Amino acid sequence: MKIKVKYFAMLRASAGKSEEELETTASTPSELFGELKERYNFKIDHHHLKVAINESYAPFDQSLCESDTVVFIPPVAGG
Amino acid sequence: MFAIENTPIEKLRSLSTDVKSHTGGVVIFEGLVRDINDGKKVKSLEYQAYNEMALKVGAQIMKEAMGKFDIIDAKCIHRTGHLQIGEMAVYVYSCSVHREQSFLATQYIIDEVKTRVPIWKCEHYVDGEPEWVACHKCGEHTHN
Repeated sequence: MKIKVKYFAMLRASAGKSEEELETTASTPSELFGELKERYNFKIDHHHLKVAINESYAPFDQSLCESDTVVFIPPVAGG
Repeated sequence: MFAIENTPIEKLRSLSTDVKSHTGGVVIFEGLVRDINDGKKVKSLEYQAYNEMALKVGAQIMKEAMGKFDIIDAKCIHRTGHLQIGEMAVYVYSCSVHREQSFLATQYIIDEVKTRVPIWKCEHYVDGEPEWVACHKCGEHTHN
């Protein structure tokens, strides 16, 4: 399945890119984060993140679909 | 109105033609980049936003503020990009017939923006490596 992932903040710094399209066997954001954490050596655990699928917050066990855009949201710090 | 801008924020209060004749109070909050945080000397701040979602969440907060408080109007602008000390990072404006509702609404908007809108800041220090800052209330609110 092909999906798009966008990276922000410390995740962007670790991945070294702002977004990518990738082929994955992960069926949920939880599994996908596991793959990416290993690939990019993310220091943050998924329990400290939210996830958005196609610009809406979603549970980590929601099924991913072809062409979804997934964003792992680190703790926010605006203002 | 909630906006994300990557150029210096223009203060909306100066647009007096925008103020309705029954407005009796305007409360403005300006969040500025300061030169110290948690004892570390800060040189500059870099803001990053997930624009598409930030605009949605920000618009929702403004809608909530309009519903919760007896205000005539409310606006919020948040900066992105690399900001220097003293630059305005966020601007909140609300107005009402009497001042109290504007005070409450402005406070509500800035509090909610800081904890809900997907915007992040990286502190660049005088000494040491830059660090992405986590929200202070992160352990207190649920991520849902």
